[in-house]
Amino acid sequence: MIWPAVIIGSLGAYLLKLAGYVIPERVLENERLSRLTGLLPVALLAALVAVQTFSVGTALQIDARIAGLAAAMVALLLRAPFLVVVLVAAITAAVLRATGLSA
Amino acid sequence: MFTGASQFALVGVLGAGGGAVAAILTALLLGARNSLYALSLRPYLRTTASPSTWRILGRAQLTIDESTAMAIRYPEGSRQARHAFLATGLAIFVLWNIGTLIGALGAAALDDPRTLGLDAAVPAGFIALLWPRLRDRSTIALALVSAAVAIALVPFLAPGLPVLSAALVAVIAERIMARRAR
Repeated sequence: MIWPAVIIGSLGAYLLKLAGYVIPERVLENERLSRLTGLLPVALLAALVAVQTFSVGTALQIDARIAGLAAAMVALLLRAPFLVVVLVAAITAAVLRATGLSA
Repeated sequence: MFTGASQFALVGVLGAGGGAVAAILTALLLGARNSLYALSLRPYLRTTASPSTWRILGRAQLTIDESTAMAIRYPEGSRQARHAFLATGLAIFVLWNIGTLIGALGAAALDDPRTLGLDAAVPAGFIALLWPRLRDRSTIALALVSAAVAIALVPFLAPGLPVLSAALVAVIAERIMARRAR
């Protein structure tokens, strides 16, 4: 089911972009719709952060990922670029596991 | 798929054992903002002659956060706006997909991604995408509530659905903000 999901998801993402160019402007210029599309990324990304940090399948689990996330947040506060933020998190978790300090 | 947050989300949900439908829905809800980017780009990319169908099809693919942000710094309908859009969109399109290819090939060579902390890199990537969107108290509150609701639902729903529940939180938040703005 991976490739069908990738293909359908890609097609859908493209059609959403195209819609903004071809649909009459007044259809998309709905105040409610534009506010909601601004809020959706905030809600979904926050949920993704939480779920990817604290869960394994349908179980909640606390491990080195939390330390990685904390390190990423410090990097973000220091205005580090995207790649540095991701690397800092990975290295933090890897070091904690290699030293046996965390699962 | 050329819209980073959606790509990460699709892979993230599938990788965590989520169903294809949940993965696709999460990616598309995240990508819905591109429709509005395209809409707001229309006056900036406007030319005296109406653009060809191919040009519109190409523009649609290059419509992302970065190309929109660069284009709208220039006057509407100007050559600079069109060039900024095209240069940013094409550069990121090429580099992003090279990166995706390297990642796909590299991952196959790994035994356990956990040893390298790659499972910790995933939420870090999402929070880096989220960070610049946390502009005021209400967006921070929305992020915290969405995260809490998703975690609370993890033990009770199939993988992928807790994340999708955040879309409902966003719908409720929109209603609350609309009422407050009145």
